[in-house]
Amino acid sequence: MLGRTRAVALVGLVGHPVDVESHLAPSLPGFTLVGLPDASLAEARDRVRAAVTSSGLAWPTRRITVNLSPATLPKTGSSFDLAVAVATLAGAGLVDAASVAAWVHLGELGLDGRLRPVRGVLPCVAAAVAAGHPRVVVPRGNAVEACLVPGAQVLAADSLAQVAAHHGAEIEVPDVEPVHDVRTATSRGTAPDLADVLGQEDARHGLEVAAAGGHHLLMVGPPGAGKTMLAARLPGLLPDLSEPDAVEVTAVHSVAGTFDPAQGLVRRPPFEDPHHTATPASIVGGGSGTPRPGAASRAHRGVLFLDEAPEFTSGVLQTLRQPLEHGELVLHRAGGTARYPARFQLVLAANPCPCGNAVGKGLTCTCRPEQRRRYFGKLSGPLLDRVDLQLEVPAARPAGAAGEATVAVAARVATARLAQLARWRGTAWRTNAEVPGRELQARLRADRRLVADLDRAVDRGTLSLRGADRVLRVAWTLADLEGRDGPRRTDVAHALVLRTRGHGA
Amino acid sequence: MRAKDAVGRYGEDVATAFVTQAGWTVLARNWRCAEGELDIVALDGDAVVAVEVKTRRSDAYGHPAEAVTYRKLARLRRLTARWLREHDVRAGSVRVDVIAVVLPRRGAAQVEHLVGVV
Repeated sequence: MLGRTRAVALVGLVGHPVDVESHLAPSLPGFTLVGLPDASLAEARDRVRAAVTSSGLAWPTRRITVNLSPATLPKTGSSFDLAVAVATLAGAGLVDAASVAAWVHLGELGLDGRLRPVRGVLPCVAAAVAAGHPRVVVPRGNAVEACLVPGAQVLAADSLAQVAAHHGAEIEVPDVEPVHDVRTATSRGTAPDLADVLGQEDARHGLEVAAAGGHHLLMVGPPGAGKTMLAARLPGLLPDLSEPDAVEVTAVHSVAGTFDPAQGLVRRPPFEDPHHTATPASIVGGGSGTPRPGAASRAHRGVLFLDEAPEFTSGVLQTLRQPLEHGELVLHRAGGTARYPARFQLVLAANPCPCGNAVGKGLTCTCRPEQRRRYFGKLSGPLLDRVDLQLEVPAARPAGAAGEATVAVAARVATARLAQLARWRGTAWRTNAEVPGRELQARLRADRRLVADLDRAVDRGTLSLRGADRVLRVAWTLADLEGRDGPRRTDVAHALVLRTRGHGA
Repeated sequence: MRAKDAVGRYGEDVATAFVTQAGWTVLARNWRCAEGELDIVALDGDAVVAVEVKTRRSDAYGHPAEAVTYRKLARLRRLTARWLREHDVRAGSVRVDVIAVVLPRRGAAQVEHLVGVV
């Protein structure tokens, strides 16, 4: 009278195996679901019952108690439907109890008995495999995603009847059309090419340095200078994601519901460009119950581009400080704490002033001085201090020639990245941008002359001490791009220019 | 007498035969008061059992036991207490059972006995 199987509860990106037990007592027919289900999970009762009868199986007229254990872990969502259904069928003796207990079941049930795809299947299956339960039943619509997990034995099913038949039920399996997620066609097509950007030699070089060292980037320039075009071409310059990174990024996108199974594992760095009316919750993640990942997490191992950065509310800009510092977001809500990775490369674009014309001598600018101060004041301080590269992007000249294509630049970037990997082997850092200042100083202080320019800038007050560290980081990247094993004085000077928008040297 | 009442009456006869066969002593059938009716009151050993009998001719509108709602259970409990007040029976324990009877068009009646539903 007891049926049991397994499912997986997701808290953030971490999957916890859950025992689903169904007890059938000879008493008045009823159905209770215990074990901290939320509203969407409590509705599983009605879906499961309808799905079982629609599949041509008899719903047991017993008092059914389904327990999701550990009962203290809050559970949410519709992915437990299938596990609840098969555990109950096993308890009623309609399917083989031993076979049901040996599998993990994930999926939402439609009233017609078909299996519907659910979110977060990749981390769920990964957690099941890690917990020693490699055999997993998933809806057909999630099959590709589930198969990405190494070591998983995936059974993709179209309907509850098919799953029941697999577990030995004597039932006719109807030939139904599998349910696939309706997706708005977000086929990105091919990524834009850097050759599309005319002129802007300095900005292109800055972009290359940012890509090579993983440095955060600020671009300041008048409207129409090509800041947005440049930013959109940054992901194309970045190397492919490593295998563990790709799995992690795919898991985030699976939980966020933005994963496209047709594309397989996300191997290219993602690009997120939220509009400046975005709320803090949409950037860092949020929502009732267990919070869902936001744009910052979806940009993990990729690029987070804030166009018109000073137009974002200061609340949004401040929330970015934690992920910039720690590379992850910890969201606390009443329903639980979720931890999402958020190690992104931040790209900010801004006009020099609200009217956008304060370039050069700024003669055409119509803004009052305090307007201009307030405009940039939002960015300054702790946030801007973490941005290694600060470029001025002047208005494009009509005669600008087409520059190098993405492929050529990406090749140089890849070489520079390999040099960094070799240098920081044995440490937790992979790019120059991640290396703390202490380490940089220790490696470079031997040659005092190298940093003479920096010391002078610090003395003059145009550069903070933290800023000096940032400059050293960029200098290493410049050296890596040139194929040298350490920065020279010219690299440091060049980096100083890149860091201070030409004002600090 | 309407057809559904006849079905109910026949179901109660079937249930009474069922509990008698199980060795119970039937104390009352269709005991009525202002609040309602108890179908069967019987002694199972030293336990007083109030039995609600639910009869249906098919499963088309659900199993008969599903028709016993929480409100009905609460009423059965009150009625049982009242029955015990008005009768001098020394009960070791008291419980409420449901007997679901399905009367198919052909063949014998199917009886399902749900013990201690309150």
